[in-house]
Amino acid sequence: MDEAHGPRVEVVDLHKRYPRRPVDVVAGLSFAVAPGEVFGLLGPNGAGKTTTVGILTTRVLPTSGQARVAAIDVVAEPARARAALAVVPQRNNLDRSLTLRQNLVFHARYHLVRRRVAEARADDLLDRFGLASEAGEGADHLSGGQAQRVMIARALMHTPQVLFLDEPSTGLDPASRLFVWERVRELRVAGTTVVVTTHDMHEAATVCDRVGVVDRGRLLVTGRPADLVAELPGERTLDARVRLVDGVTAADLSARLLRVDHVAGIEVVGAGAAAGGGGGGGAWAAWAGSPGAAAWAAASGGSGAAGGDSGNGADGEGGTVRLRLSVQGDAAALVAPVAAAIGELGSALEGVTIGEPSLEDVFIHLTGRALR
Amino acid sequence: MTTTGDPQVVAAGAAVLPGRVSTPSAARVFAAMLQRDVVVGARELPSGLAQLILQPVILLFIFGKVLPELGYAREGYVDVLFPGTVALSVVLTGLQSMALPLVLEFSYSMEIEDRLLAPANINLVALEKVLFAALRALIAGMVMFPIGWLMLGDVPGGFGDIPLVVVVVVLGAFVGSLLGLVLGTFMSPNRIRLMFSLILTPLIFTGSCQYPWPALDRLRWFQVLTVLNPLTHVSEGLRAALTPGVPHIDPAVSLAALVVFVAVLTGLGLEGFRRRSLA
Repeated sequence: MDEAHGPRVEVVDLHKRYPRRPVDVVAGLSFAVAPGEVFGLLGPNGAGKTTTVGILTTRVLPTSGQARVAAIDVVAEPARARAALAVVPQRNNLDRSLTLRQNLVFHARYHLVRRRVAEARADDLLDRFGLASEAGEGADHLSGGQAQRVMIARALMHTPQVLFLDEPSTGLDPASRLFVWERVRELRVAGTTVVVTTHDMHEAATVCDRVGVVDRGRLLVTGRPADLVAELPGERTLDARVRLVDGVTAADLSARLLRVDHVAGIEVVGAGAAAGGGGGGGAWAAWAGSPGAAAWAAASGGSGAAGGDSGNGADGEGGTVRLRLSVQGDAAALVAPVAAAIGELGSALEGVTIGEPSLEDVFIHLTGRALR
Repeated sequence: MTTTGDPQVVAAGAAVLPGRVSTPSAARVFAAMLQRDVVVGARELPSGLAQLILQPVILLFIFGKVLPELGYAREGYVDVLFPGTVALSVVLTGLQSMALPLVLEFSYSMEIEDRLLAPANINLVALEKVLFAALRALIAGMVMFPIGWLMLGDVPGGFGDIPLVVVVVVLGAFVGSLLGLVLGTFMSPNRIRLMFSLILTPLIFTGSCQYPWPALDRLRWFQVLTVLNPLTHVSEGLRAALTPGVPHIDPAVSLAALVVFVAVLTGLGLEGFRRRSLA
């Protein structure tokens, strides 16, 4: 086979069952990653992502199936495959007996990078990653974010064709996460193929060209994050903040708005700006920028959410109320009819947010469960 | 050679266009790993060595100096003891340089992973560690000579049959570090403390360090037991080389036994290492 072309990572009907376990951790996984692509394996903990990366990086032997990195069979020729790949693991596995700089230089030496090249590259990476002042220190007392930086720098020392990042931002502070994402973008520009595992849908949507959604060892779907989300049926939402007039309740509003075409369900999320107290999951979803969970619940319950189980916003006469409408089709086109309906009751639409569904909603749609 | 801010350089991947990946030279990967251990080992050598030779030195002092001074040990006992102490120092140093660090590297620090991901057969990682532990064991054996000379005023047998000393010490060093490889890979991390009480102590006292093996014919069952301990053959081989006046096993037999131990322990150790490295 021509190793210079074709997919950089290729997995065909991969299975892994650990000894004395009743089920396969990886149960028939197949996917391919094109050169220069950033591919995300998205799934909850225990979905088999880390095992898959373990197989691809020659540390776990598959029970059956094929796995190739840079067109090299990782089972038949593990040593040659390791020359083409690099791994940034979940846990700090830096060499505690060496300084940070030595960690980088020795890694390169194991990969037969010439000493002078290795030293120059190490200094350059340490400098660029903001680690120059710690270069001579040991790896024992690093913060999670610093260790992650060093491990990424180490992985780049031998110029791998394929880089595997296993849960790269788990447990990191926001600045460190951004740092990791920035490096992945640079690698993409440079043409390095990257495989990221994550249970963070925001991370997957931010850094990946394409994601594979994995659950219980199986690949449920692959595609570009935007395409996967676009294919979701009826999951758009429209959040409306409404100032009520005396004598009009949230329930009255909901009843009226349900008669507007293309409105499939309504949930009273909370009273005005103090949305925190209203309707539990709905408030969380609003915070997470993921209205899907609430909209889905509201839609499945018909108009029930508006009528019966009223949050603190539903009883509010006067004041403001927040309503989440799950809609079919284009949410933006519904703003005018919704505003008109609200106006008929003498109330005023104060603000509106169109909720875009996310990869989290894709996962919920496919499995009926939340990601975590 | 690099310009700051250029993502192509940061990514480094750009420097290598996808092409056929060649198999790197195993010898050079091995050399790089050995170099890592030499750098780390050189820094820790004084403290590390002091730790490891303490036991043989105390043994030599009590049995070779104190007891004879007090009249509880016979005049010639040092001739029995000194080769045994050198043997003990060599084998124990090899074992301890290997077993505990290996357990820690596989569990707590996981720092061995970077070497397991080197582009070479993983057996090389194990064999490099064996070689380095054996080098430490050799040094631990060699320093027993000046220590013995200082403590006893004389080293029994001088340097004796030097070629035989060298061959026995080298084989003993490998036997010790291979034992460490077997113990360090087959024992689970939470049982490593058991190793020191349940394995090290019997190993030390059934290794014919403190008595010549042929004299055990009055304790037949114990004689059979001790012949299974590789340390016995290092002790006996060194007696043959240093103090041939003391009854000892024919050195040809000791050497053959050591070669068999090296072969068997290599097989077992590499299998244990493979199991630890691959899931």
